[in-house]
Amino acid sequence: MSDLSLRGISLTFPDGTEAIANADLDVSRGEFVSLVGPSGCGKSTLLRVASGLLDPTNGSVSVDASSVGYVFQDPTLLPWRTTRRNVELLAELRNVVPAIRRERAERILATVGLTEFADHFPRTLSGGMKMRASLARTLMLEPTVCLFDEPFGALDEMSRERLNGELIEIFLARNFAGVFVTHSIGEAVFMSSRVHVMTSRPGRLLEPIEVPFAYPRSPEIRFTPEFAAICGRVARALREATS
Amino acid sequence: MTVERSRSRFSRLVSVVVPPIAVGGVIIGVWYFFSYVVLDSDRRFLLRAPHEVVRKGFLDRENLGEILAGLASSCRVALVGLVIATILGLALGTLMSLSKVLERALFPYAVVVQAMPVLAIVPLVGFWFGYGFSSRVFVCVLVAIFPIVVNTLFGLLSADSGLHDLFTLHEASRATRLRKLMFPAALPAVFAGLRISAGLSVIGAIVGDFFFGQGEAGIGQLLKKYASRLQGEQLFAAVIVSSALGVAVFLVFGWLARAVVGKWSEESRGR
Ligand SMILES: Nc1ncnc2c1ncn2[C@@H]1O[C@H](COP(=O)(O)OP(=O)(O)OP(=O)(O)O)[C@@H](O)[C@H]1O
Ligand SMILES: [Mg+2]
Repeated sequence: MSDLSLRGISLTFPDGTEAIANADLDVSRGEFVSLVGPSGCGKSTLLRVASGLLDPTNGSVSVDASSVGYVFQDPTLLPWRTTRRNVELLAELRNVVPAIRRERAERILATVGLTEFADHFPRTLSGGMKMRASLARTLMLEPTVCLFDEPFGALDEMSRERLNGELIEIFLARNFAGVFVTHSIGEAVFMSSRVHVMTSRPGRLLEPIEVPFAYPRSPEIRFTPEFAAICGRVARALREATS
Repeated sequence: MTVERSRSRFSRLVSVVVPPIAVGGVIIGVWYFFSYVVLDSDRRFLLRAPHEVVRKGFLDRENLGEILAGLASSCRVALVGLVIATILGLALGTLMSLSKVLERALFPYAVVVQAMPVLAIVPLVGFWFGYGFSSRVFVCVLVAIFPIVVNTLFGLLSADSGLHDLFTLHEASRATRLRKLMFPAALPAVFAGLRISAGLSVIGAIVGDFFFGQGEAGIGQLLKKYASRLQGEQLFAAVIVSSALGVAVFLVFGWLARAVVGKWSEESRGR
């Protein structure tokens, strides 16, 4: 049984918008899959369903809800808490013992390179640093399933590539099941072992495209012909999905 | 480097301090002009010259004592009124934020209280409850409560929906959500409301006292007395003192807001 399993998910909003039609998705620990699709096709909605924030109209979700981590598109930090206290937030909500919480926060802050900024308030952090803090906050609970909704969409190319690499390192160290929504084909292929393409609304999932490169991947694989070929296949699937 | 730095700081200070002082000078000049050039000597009581106001209103022991006693009385009323309005306002705003039904039920009455002119409230309060301390405080509460209720309510509802999702995802209880998300999110708005209410409470204390016209004399009664006795110098002194109180309240609550939320709030930055 996969750690996250969506079966025949359909979702129609109360206003009649049909967002998702019959989507299946299985992700297990050690797999990192990307989800790409045209804007408004229901990717965020699918993640919300997977996390339990939204109930599907039809279909079933099987996941241990308490071990899901969700990184939103915006960093959604509490502006009145320092980086450290933001990172500790979810552990507080889940009643992790203070001593363990602090020790873990210290370690994770170091992992995402924010130790120096632990006592800064969010308004003094750059966009990339805020996203790192958001990532760190999610990692605090050591989730087995991690959902990422275009986490680096708002960042510049350079920060983005760096964070891509760092996230993959974290993934390899922690071995969670990752679902990564993005608009960037290159990002999707570089990060994941499998790319799922979603059709225009109502979103369905097409046959996934496998990415055969072994982890850890060097940033240079982005410039190989094999990489380009896979990006081409994803692009073609996307064109097909939009028409 | 250091010299340049201190010079730029000095010039910044100059650019901050000089313009208002210049305007103040112009006002005093115009004041003298009216007092000595426009008004004949037998009508000069209408606008006494600034130094006369200072001499009779502020430097005369007896007059100053009377004005300060009035000020103290009005301050006490305004302060107690503000404290009660704050406690009630926070409670009402919080209740309304927790339940849509309560919000719909109570909000219209908050608006009614706000819309009632002080002039209408004061005689009624006096008529019902007499002219003592508690009636004055009651007037202050009525005029000061609205901004606190509204700002508490909207502040509590202002928390980002993404943050609410985060709390939902991690099964936060209602109390936790209120304590860790909604209350802190409301603080900047609450302090902005408090600043407005503090000013209103001062006005409520003075206006209430003015219309009651009896009981312990506050600034309001003094204003009335000086005007009816044509004591221009004292009247001006009392006006200046009450404006100074308003300004002081505005500054104190501005400072308080910066002290509490200034470190993290985006809005209160650089103000
Ligand atoms: N609460 C809602 N009520 C009604 N319709 C909604 C609601 N939330 C989203 N939708 C609609 O559902 C569709 C899918 O939205 P969703 O946010 O999942 O798209 P998306 O694939 O994440 O888009 P993007 O790539 O732009 O983020 C959109 O057409 C959107 O307008
Ligand atoms: Mg989206």
